[in-house]
Amino acid sequence: MSTTAETATEIRPFEVEIAQEGIDDLRRRIGSTRWPTRELVDDRSQGVQLATLRELARYWANEYDFGRIAERLNELPQLTTEIDGVDVHFIHVRSQHEDALPLVMTHGWPGSVIEMLDVIGPLTDPAAHGGKVEEAFHLVLPSLPGYGFSGEPAEIGWYTGRVARAWAELMHRLGYARYVAQGGDQGAAVTDDLAHQAPEGLVGVHMNLLRTALGSTAGLPAESDEERAALDAVATFRQSGFGYFLEQSTRPQTIGYALLDSPVALAGWMLDHDTDSYYKISGAFLDGKPTGGLTRDHVLDNITLYWLTGTGASSARSYWEGGRAAALAAGKPPGAVSIPVAFTTFPGEIFRAPRSWVEKVYPTLAYFEEAPRGGHFAAWEEPELFASELRAAFKPLRGEGRTS
Amino acid sequence: MSTTAETATEIRPFQVEIPQEEIDDLRRRLAATRWPDRETVGDASQGVQLEKLKDLVGYWATDYDWHTAEAKLNALPQFVTEIDGLEIHFIHVRSPHEDAVPVIITHGWPGSVFELLKVVDPLTNPPSGDDAFHVVIPSLPGYGFSARPDAPGWNPDRIARAWDELMKRLGYERYVAQGGDWGAVIVEAMGRQAPDGLLGIHVNLAATVPPDVEAALAGAGPLPEMSEQERAVFDALVGYRKSGYSGYFVALTARPQAVGYGLTDSPAGLAAFMLWHPGFAGWSVDDPGTKSTDEVLDDISLYWLTNTAASSGRLYWEHGGASPTSAAGMKTAEITVPVGVTVFPDDVYRPPESWARRAYPNLVYFHEVERGGHFAAWEQPELFVGELRAAYRGVR
Repeated sequence: MSTTAETATEIRPFEVEIAQEGIDDLRRRIGSTRWPTRELVDDRSQGVQLATLRELARYWANEYDFGRIAERLNELPQLTTEIDGVDVHFIHVRSQHEDALPLVMTHGWPGSVIEMLDVIGPLTDPAAHGGKVEEAFHLVLPSLPGYGFSGEPAEIGWYTGRVARAWAELMHRLGYARYVAQGGDQGAAVTDDLAHQAPEGLVGVHMNLLRTALGSTAGLPAESDEERAALDAVATFRQSGFGYFLEQSTRPQTIGYALLDSPVALAGWMLDHDTDSYYKISGAFLDGKPTGGLTRDHVLDNITLYWLTGTGASSARSYWEGGRAAALAAGKPPGAVSIPVAFTTFPGEIFRAPRSWVEKVYPTLAYFEEAPRGGHFAAWEEPELFASELRAAFKPLRGEGRTS
Repeated sequence: MSTTAETATEIRPFQVEIPQEEIDDLRRRLAATRWPDRETVGDASQGVQLEKLKDLVGYWATDYDWHTAEAKLNALPQFVTEIDGLEIHFIHVRSPHEDAVPVIITHGWPGSVFELLKVVDPLTNPPSGDDAFHVVIPSLPGYGFSARPDAPGWNPDRIARAWDELMKRLGYERYVAQGGDWGAVIVEAMGRQAPDGLLGIHVNLAATVPPDVEAALAGAGPLPEMSEQERAVFDALVGYRKSGYSGYFVALTARPQAVGYGLTDSPAGLAAFMLWHPGFAGWSVDDPGTKSTDEVLDDISLYWLTNTAASSGRLYWEHGGASPTSAAGMKTAEITVPVGVTVFPDDVYRPPESWARRAYPNLVYFHEVERGGHFAAWEQPELFVGELRAAYRGVR
């Protein structure tokens, strides 16, 4: 028998088990979907198009293999541990190379650990994926609180800064005294907060979304063609792509009712994220032409995970927490990041962050690259390319003392 | 046999008849609702609270009777007619007083013709025949029993032109127009178009925020000089923007179809989304105030049973995001017809008279009443009727 204190920091193995009745209910609901009329336009400008969503629903109910999620996740070492009162689910794959660099990678919304699965091999076993043994990582992939198999916070306060502190505790608890962190989307926000907090042992970060520019482009240079293009892209997003963001930041419970009750609502809401990934995913369903790892099955693995864990509302709440945290921090800009920052711009991202912007936000920028392919879900879409970016980005941070 | 031309302008009687299986399907879906966990706060700041929505859905599934709502509509003369290629549903009640003033009254979102039913009788049958109106209450395109447009273009300007056509088709060569919410946007468009015979408009959500105040609100300009009253209104607008009430407006303007899937497939999702509107702020089953639970469910059920959640949201997309309370956004300087404004104090915005005078070059009536909010005709029908009588006395 363990004491309470021991129980609280205990790390327990975890296996996904999905009840058949949950799958039956999901299938039944998809089959009885009541549809709106078709959008009045021939593009995504009114939202996810009816033809795309109908084909997704058809494939989901009739052809998709609901055993995939458990199969894919359970072949990986999954664990849970309670941190700051919330059960955190994570995948932990140690490289066979003992001096590999520990890396905590954070997914975003509407993603999950599913979007990271195909980078596990290239990162932990680089030699088998065109890299070198000395480029290996020990990989930690947590599920954000309120997402997937992590616990759902029952109290307010779980903004990304608190998640970042939990991640530092997680890495400490796993025995990693020297590690790096990576993230895009909400994961970029967590990673940015981690970089500001600079907990002991965190030696560098890599991000693939410039979080601050989505909030405000004030003070960012707008002279070169690429700077102006990025500014236009942010403005477009804030004008027409911001609906989901504002809705989740202000009334997550309101949209949550539909996301819990209607699988097609959930799928439509998740697909509506950004223009580039929408058309790529739509192409996978309508034309049978997936882009990289954004296949029909992969996309439905992610949506099905949200459905079966019932986390449509709780994941949306992370935006509300972000809005609340931003309001509380108004007028108190965070200090500069002191540790090395690496950044990769992927061309299909909501906006292509130019080097000048990233340098302005992170004066300690040590690595910057523009990838030739990939978008918002870079690790998911282009796992090999993404992994090679991380190898290059973190190369200078290796070999200084013990890594684990 | 009628020719095509005659058919197109024909006015046909209309009765509501929702098939029983659709009501059964709604009940079944309500009973099978899969609920999220409770919100993490003790108030409505994350949206409609779980326990309150569960109460409403429970009542909707078991005790609520759509047939009563249907009977309320069918007790009034309803018609449809095709205008500009689209079937328009409307209620048309003529006053017994032949020289009554014809008025077209337009609802908004998340409202419907239901919000206007209580004012029909007092407007058409006033104590003094001098105050009588012939009342026309259309359903907006894509709303209720009007048809859903299947091509883009049905923006407020086009609806405004259709309303003038409707009034002329009914034989009303001289008439007035009234509206709140989208209704206000549409009658202001009518005011700018100033078709022959439009004697005046009355709005209860006035487009009066001046451009310099608008700029200050957006953080794009300095704080203009303001009176104490104006400053109080300004502060309220700042608070409104921070409160998260405007998120539904942004979501529908940007991606009505994305929101529409959930509202079409989940009645609980539809109810939660409609109750987000500030017109329902503070409303709940256990504290319904002036809007009874049955009345609220009449309105929500209408959206559900006509499958118009997505099509009604598209009006925001068509409109493109200009604020209905912005004088510049609604181009009020171009409104030449006489304008009447009534302020209901609990509406989302409570403009001072000074701003109304700046906004409308031909403001002939301004009054703030003591009670009522966004759904003024629904919440305070007597006050609303009194305001229409007073506002239009000058045009008779």
